[in-house]
Amino acid sequence: MASIKIRAKMSGDVTTVKALIKHPMDTGLVKDKKTGKAIPAHFIQEVTCEHGSNKVMTAMWGAAVSKNPYLSFKFAGAKAGDTIKLSWVDNKGESDSAETQVS
Amino acid sequence: MIDMKRRTFLKGSVAAGAVSAAMGAGLLTPRMVLAAWPTAAFEAKTVDSALDALMGSHQLEGSDKISIRAPDIAENGAVVPVSVETSIANPESISIIAEKNASPMTASFVMGTGAQGYVSTRIKMGKTSSVIAVVKADGKLYSTGKEVKVTIGGCGG
Repeated sequence: MASIKIRAKMSGDVTTVKALIKHPMDTGLVKDKKTGKAIPAHFIQEVTCEHGSNKVMTAMWGAAVSKNPYLSFKFAGAKAGDTIKLSWVDNKGESDSAETQVS
Repeated sequence: MIDMKRRTFLKGSVAAGAVSAAMGAGLLTPRMVLAAWPTAAFEAKTVDSALDALMGSHQLEGSDKISIRAPDIAENGAVVPVSVETSIANPESISIIAEKNASPMTASFVMGTGAQGYVSTRIKMGKTSSVIAVVKADGKLYSTGKEVKVTIGGCGG
């Protein structure tokens, strides 16, 4: 399940990570037009990004993050060619992860 | 009253869903899945109670070292790009709050070693409201806000 597109680019000593995740991010408040029943909540709760053994960022999300979420942040301390790993877990226990090299 | 019942029901079904999915996978226990996620903060109905649940305080100090980049008018409330940048040294976390959403707490980014004071994402907004960025550093909470007008019809008014 390739749900993550990730890029990490270095300029100076700061690496900018950009990621797009494919996910419905249902809030649980929207009703299905056909059946009239509420679509159950299904959203990403936690996104972690690791550089080696260092957790550079942990994002905790509520259901109010947009569908197919975009995420970007910066950190220092990486070298070109280092591996960055991004993973997410949603409220149904589903998860995915992806890796990329710093360029 | 009916609304309250529905909420309890939803909570119950979400929890049950998480348990069965994790057991089905056979790899993750439900406790691991929901380990650090602060349920109370994300279910809180007001900005103050959300901050209390997440940070243990809602004493905000205004700061000009935080800047929020978000549109003045968002045509589509389902996708509002928000970037927060801060020059405060060693930020522990950056949280994004949409004040008038049913559950204001939208996202909280916990910064690790080396992380710079910058995050960017896209959020949903129910109606015109101010977007508040809260930066935790040195045990204190700093914040700044920006009004975002949401035109639900999407005609750009």
